[in-house]
Amino acid sequence: MITPQSLFALEVRGLRKVFDRPAVDDLDLTVRTGEFYALLGPNGAGKTTTLRMIAGLLRPDAGSIKVMGIDALGDPVGAKQLMAWISDEPMIYDKLTPMEYLEFVAGLWGLDAPTAEARAHHLISWLGLMAHAHERCQGFSKGMRQKVALAGALVHEPQLIILDEPLTGLDAGSARQVKNVLLERTAAGATVIMTTHILEIAERMAERIGVIAAGRLIAQGTLEELRAQAGDSGPTLEDTFLALVAEETAAA
Amino acid sequence: MSAPGTLGLFASHELRLAWRDAQSMMLAGSASRARALLVVFLLFAAFMHALAFSIVARFASITHPDKAVLIVISGAVLMSWSLMLSQAMESVTRVLYARADLDLILSSPVDQRRVFCVRIGVVAISVTVMALLLAAPFINVLALWGGRHWLAAYGVVVAMGAAAAGLAVALTAGLFRTIGPRRTRLIAQILAAVVGAAFVIGIQAAAILSYGTLSRFAVLQSQAVVARAPDVGSMIFWPARAILGDTTALCAVLGASFAVLIAAIAVFAARFGGYAIEAASLSHAAARVRRVTRGFRRTSPQRTLRRKEWLLLRRDPWLMSQTLMQLLYLLPPGLLLWRSFADGSDALVLLVPVLVMAAGQLAGGLAWLAISGEDAPDLIATAPVSATLIVRAKVEAVMGGIAMVFAPFLIAMALASPLHALVTAVAIALAAAAATQIQWWFRSQARRTQFRRRHTASRLATYAEAFASISCASTAALAGAGSPLAAFPALGTVIVLLAAYAISPRPALRPRLSTTRR
Repeated sequence: MITPQSLFALEVRGLRKVFDRPAVDDLDLTVRTGEFYALLGPNGAGKTTTLRMIAGLLRPDAGSIKVMGIDALGDPVGAKQLMAWISDEPMIYDKLTPMEYLEFVAGLWGLDAPTAEARAHHLISWLGLMAHAHERCQGFSKGMRQKVALAGALVHEPQLIILDEPLTGLDAGSARQVKNVLLERTAAGATVIMTTHILEIAERMAERIGVIAAGRLIAQGTLEELRAQAGDSGPTLEDTFLALVAEETAAA
Repeated sequence: MSAPGTLGLFASHELRLAWRDAQSMMLAGSASRARALLVVFLLFAAFMHALAFSIVARFASITHPDKAVLIVISGAVLMSWSLMLSQAMESVTRVLYARADLDLILSSPVDQRRVFCVRIGVVAISVTVMALLLAAPFINVLALWGGRHWLAAYGVVVAMGAAAAGLAVALTAGLFRTIGPRRTRLIAQILAAVVGAAFVIGIQAAAILSYGTLSRFAVLQSQAVVARAPDVGSMIFWPARAILGDTTALCAVLGASFAVLIAAIAVFAARFGGYAIEAASLSHAAARVRRVTRGFRRTSPQRTLRRKEWLLLRRDPWLMSQTLMQLLYLLPPGLLLWRSFADGSDALVLLVPVLVMAAGQLAGGLAWLAISGEDAPDLIATAPVSATLIVRAKVEAVMGGIAMVFAPFLIAMALASPLHALVTAVAIALAAAAATQIQWWFRSQARRTQFRRRHTASRLATYAEAFASISCASTAALAGAGSPLAAFPALGTVIVLLAAYAISPRPALRPRLSTTRR
């Protein structure tokens, strides 16, 4: 696969989406290649809408999105070739087995069969699904379904992995496995952008954190930079996050 | 507000949900649609009354029927009732297997008997209302031209609905007890389709074998049946007599039907809670697939999508039965085709529209599954595949299915008459394309398990699909007979498609298969 070289895995400029009211309002966001970026925000802040526009699931009203230097709105197929999307509600086919699901995804991304099969076996084994590799997904728990979806997202070795609340509803063991997979991917050069309400995860895993409120990016940086921006708010990310959001709410 | 857990609370809950469903389905979020919808409804009602006039007006003057007339009316009643029973069985199965708010209600401290008492009542009402809507034009025409005594037929329809719901509850509960929750869903749905089709198909098969015609009434009006039927005073003819205005017969029919419904509610409502809990446990069972020894295959995205559609359909016996059940109606034409080879008769003309209608209906179901019943829409939308390719793959999956089902019929027909086969093939392709296009315009995002509810999700799409199939079938029938009048139904097909496009949800409201346009 040809990988375009770019300093930024993701560049979002002036992104805007209006439903009944602006859900995302003139949002600018840049994520460096190989970075683990966490996007935080209160409910209804516009996190999911932003990620869905980046993944190509929603068409923005205004703005531009570049993925690895490729204009995602002008050349969506090129951009999608480099991305993977995982939501909090894993959508997989009940009547397919995990292996069949991965073969389907590999077919959509146009992978050559031997490579796809080898990766599928590796991922299935890595995620602890080997015993269920040939069972239909219909009886799977939420955690198992999320792992199948994650394997599907990784089978084509995306350069940019976009995750919307991927750990919601997972038990501690499954969550740890997913976190390890993501860290390993960033170590291998992939970029991860993830929303989460579990601030501890953002604090531990993310190199940079963005805070979004009312559709706008109100703060961005490392944990130390955010703390500095929030002033004397407290020692944890939770304190910093609440202070930043409260500041924005008061300003609004 | 009703008191907690009372029948009133559940009844008002069901009514509110039904009303809001209907509202959103008809208005699709736009209040300005109400007027257009009213006009469409009035036009449809006028059309149905005109159709009813052409069929039954000549029978309006009947007051003292002989045995032959009572047999024909009884046959029509039995045919309609079998369809109502079929619909009721499907609805009762849905009461047990569709989760929706059942988890909430079953986990609450209310008397489950009350919940299912209301839900069985709702099944009876919905089956009756649907039957009343279809029967009303015929009853109105008979009453206008023959006298008020025909209005008693409304009472018979109500009685038929109550009896159908009661029997459906008993049959479904019986299946649950005997074959268990896993098989009941599939078997009940198949049974419902067979019950709905069996009477019509049986009579048609008898007519074809005996008289070489698809007409159901050929058998009912035959001397053999009239001679073997019981006397006109027999209880078997009470529903027919009730329709003709016999008050005593009407009271007896109503009383017996409501007794069946009340008995079913009294006996089974309390047990349905337990059945629903057993049914819920099914979703947690794992199904193992034979270990696949072959490796991954490199295919194009289009082929991958097509293969997925067919594999999912093949893996789901319930869905497969629902889709292919429509093909039961192809049995009589198949029989007619076979017979026409045997005696060289010109029955092919009759076959053309039947095949085209069936193709249109089957294509509508397959297109819904491929377009709206996509269980992983985000995955498809984020794949590096253009929307055009996705749509093309899904349309190919539908058309491939249609080709597989109808090719044997067309080959057999080509041996008898290449011209009829050609006309039928073109019309099948057009009917399938029209049904697929309508499903595309009315696409929504739904789970495949909601397949049975696709008709209620968009009745407008259902009617458009049916009218498009009917006009394609008429075009093919006339073209097959060499009539230039074929141009009129062909024009009708175009009008139906234009109307469907005009009333379909605005493009912005339709779910995207992909944001990728190339």
